[in-house]
Amino acid sequence: MACKNCDSKAKLYKELDALIQEHKGSREALMPVMQGAQGLFGYLPKDVQILIAEGLDLKLSDVYGVATFYSQFTLEPQGENVISVCMGTACYVKGAQLVLDELKKELKVSEGKTTPDGKFTLNATRCLGACGLAPVMMINDEVYGRLSANMIPGIIAKY
Amino acid sequence: METFRSHVMICGGTGCHSSGSGDLIKAFEEQIKGNGLDKEVKVVRTGCFGLCEVGPIVVIYPEGAFYSRVKAEDVKEIVEEHLLKGRIVKHLLYHDSINENSGDIKSLNEVNFYKKQKRIALKNCGIIDPENIDEYLAFDGYKALTKVLTEMTPEEVIKTVKDSGLRGRGGAGFPTGLKWDFCYKAKGDKKYVLCNADEGDPGAFMDRSVLEGDPLAVIEAMTIAGYAIGSDQGFIYVRAEYPIAVQRLQHAIKQAREYGLLGKNILETGFDFDLEVRLGAGAFVCGEETALMRSIEGKRGEPRPRPPFPANQGLFEKPTLLNNVETYANITQIILNGADWFSAIGTEKSKGTKVFALGGKINNTGLVEIPMGMTLREVLFDVGGGIPNGKKFKAAQTGGPSGGCIPTSKLDIPIDYDSLVSIGSMMGSGGLIVMDEDNCMVDIARFFMEFIVEESCGKCAPCRIGTKRMKEILDRIVAGKGVEGDIEKLEELGNMLKESALCGLGQTAPNPVLSTIRYFRDEYEAHIKDKRCPAGVCKGLMRYTIIADKCKSCGICAKNCPVSCISGEKKVPYVIDQDKCIKCGQCMEKCPFGAIELK
Repeated sequence: MACKNCDSKAKLYKELDALIQEHKGSREALMPVMQGAQGLFGYLPKDVQILIAEGLDLKLSDVYGVATFYSQFTLEPQGENVISVCMGTACYVKGAQLVLDELKKELKVSEGKTTPDGKFTLNATRCLGACGLAPVMMINDEVYGRLSANMIPGIIAKY
Repeated sequence: METFRSHVMICGGTGCHSSGSGDLIKAFEEQIKGNGLDKEVKVVRTGCFGLCEVGPIVVIYPEGAFYSRVKAEDVKEIVEEHLLKGRIVKHLLYHDSINENSGDIKSLNEVNFYKKQKRIALKNCGIIDPENIDEYLAFDGYKALTKVLTEMTPEEVIKTVKDSGLRGRGGAGFPTGLKWDFCYKAKGDKKYVLCNADEGDPGAFMDRSVLEGDPLAVIEAMTIAGYAIGSDQGFIYVRAEYPIAVQRLQHAIKQAREYGLLGKNILETGFDFDLEVRLGAGAFVCGEETALMRSIEGKRGEPRPRPPFPANQGLFEKPTLLNNVETYANITQIILNGADWFSAIGTEKSKGTKVFALGGKINNTGLVEIPMGMTLREVLFDVGGGIPNGKKFKAAQTGGPSGGCIPTSKLDIPIDYDSLVSIGSMMGSGGLIVMDEDNCMVDIARFFMEFIVEESCGKCAPCRIGTKRMKEILDRIVAGKGVEGDIEKLEELGNMLKESALCGLGQTAPNPVLSTIRYFRDEYEAHIKDKRCPAGVCKGLMRYTIIADKCKSCGICAKNCPVSCISGEKKVPYVIDQDKCIKCGQCMEKCPFGAIELK
C-alpha cells in the first residue's frame, strides 16, 4: 500500500512544478510563485526554494533574499492554528499589548514561535485595517474584535 | 430590467465583515425568501459606510433607515416589520438617526457623523455593489473615460488634472497633474501606470475601503492615466493582508475586460490598456515608490536614490507614473465635473477632500471624507463624536510612523498639507489616531520607533543604525533608566536622520519622537527625572506599594517575594524595599486582602 503522506506530498510538488512551469524563466514572477508555493506548503522549505530558483533561472540567494526580506514569507513550518494579534496603532492604544501578553502567558510561547505540540503559532502582525473593532486578532481566517485580556482563555479553548 | 421596491444595503467592508455581515446577508436572503418578498426586495452587499464603530451596518432604502450593530437574530424582526409591514424597527436604528423632537428618522446627510462630510473619493462606497459593473455604470461609471477617449487630447486631460490642484493623497502631497505631465513628456517606447495600494501605515484603511467599495473607480482612473501619458500597461500593488480588496479588484478587472473596458481597442477607439494585480508580502518600505517598483520586478523592496525619478526611469527602467488609490479615486469626478468644480473645494493650496481613518479613543471609529481646511476639532468632535467615557483628549496622531502627534493647543488648525507640516506632523495617507489621558506619549513614540526599526530595510546606515539607537534610548526611558541628556540625544539623532536617510521612510521616521518631545516634553522629563509615568502606562516606572490601612501583617507577600524585598512584623504593616523590587507582581497576586497597589 502506498504511503498516504508521501502521496499528498508528491501531489504538492506536482502542483509546485506546474506553477513554476507557468512562469518559467520570468524573474518578475518570483513573488507570485513564492506566494503560491507558501500557499501549498505552508512555508518555504529549502528544497522548494531550490526548485523555484532553478525554474525561474535565478540564484538560490535571490530567492532566499526575497524570502527573508518580506515578513509574509516564512522558512519554518507554522502551527495548526496561526494567531495574529494586530499591533496597529489603533489596536495598540486600546490595549493590544495586554492581549498579546495574555496569549504568551496562556500558550507559554513567545512572539513568532510555535507551541511544542504544533497547535498554535503566535504572531504580532501589522495593522489588519479593522480599526473599528480594536483591539483585534485573527486566528486563521476568523477575526476576533473588541478584545480584552480576560477573553483570551475562552477563545483559545475553542481550538 | 428588474425593479425592486426596497433595497437592503449591507456593508461588506472589512470592519463589518469581521463583525459578521456575511452571516447577515444570508439571514436577510433567507428571511426575505421565506416571506415571499424576493421579487420585491433586493439585498446588496456594498462597500464601507464609514461608521465602523457601530457595524455591522444595514441601510434600507427608500426610507434610508440606518440600522446599526445588527445581529443575525434581529433580521427576522426587520424583515417582518419593516419590509413586510412597512414599520421601521426604531429600537434597532442607529441612535443618532432619529430626530429627538419629532421621532421621525433623519436622512443620512443629517446624521452628525455624515453632516459635515463631503464624499468624492468615497462617492460610491455604501451605494453600489462593488462586484457588479452594471451598478458602477449606472452611477456614471466609465463616463469619464468615454469623455477622455472621444473628446479630449492627452494634453487636455493633463491640463484638467493640473488645474484641479489635486495633490498626491499618499502623504507627501506632490501635485498630481505635474507628475502626469513629467511622465507624458518622458521619452520611452514603453511606459507604466502604477497604483500604490500598499497601505502600510498602522491605523489607516482608506485605500482598502475604496478598493473594497468602488474598485472600478480606480481602474477607470488608471485607464485615463494610461491614455494621458501614453501607456498600455498598469499594475496595482496591493497588500496581501487585504484579501477582500484583492478579490474585488480581481473580479472588477475581469468584468472590465469582459465589457471591453480593459484590453485591446477600448471602446473601439484604438486605445489599448490592461492591468495586473501584484500582491505585496508585508514590507512597509514598499510603500516608497522606488522600493515598490523593485518589488514588482520580483526583487527585495529596497529604495534607491533619486534622481533618476520614476517619471523617467521607474519600473523596469521605463518611464512610470505612480499614484495612490485615493488620488486615482478623485480623477473621474474631476474629469466629469471639471477642474473648477474641484478647485472650489478646500483651501488655497490644498484642494478637494481628504479621507481619514478615525481610530483609537474616539466614539465614531471609522472612515470619513472631509473638505480640506476643516479644523481638527471639527473632525474629532463634530464628525468623530468626541472621546469616549468622559476622558480628556490628549493628542491626535496623523501620518502614521512618518507623522506626528498634535496636542490640544493645535486643535484649531485647518487640515491641509502645509498646516500639518508646519506643526511637525504631516497629512500622511490619512490615519488619524486619537489618544486620551490614559495614553503615554513616550510609550507611543517608542511604539512607532519599534515599528520603524523592524521595517527599516537596512540599506542606508542613518536609518538602519539611527532608528535603532533612538529606540534603545526610548526603551531605557520607559523602563525607568533614562538619564539626563537623553531628550537632547533623541533630538540630535532625529534631526540627523531627517537630513541623511536615503528615502522617505528614514527621513520621516523621527517625526513621532520629535513631535512628542516638542509638545509633551514634560512627560519625557517626568519619566527621566522623576521616574514617573504620568499616564500610568509604563510598567518599568510603576511601583508596588502596600496600603498600610488594609495590610493585616499576615506575611504572605513576604513569603512569596522571590527577591525577599518585603519585610515587616506582626501588627505592623509590611513594607516593600523599592530598590530591590523587581516588579514581578507576585505579592499583589498573592495578597488575600487586596492591600497591594500598583501605581
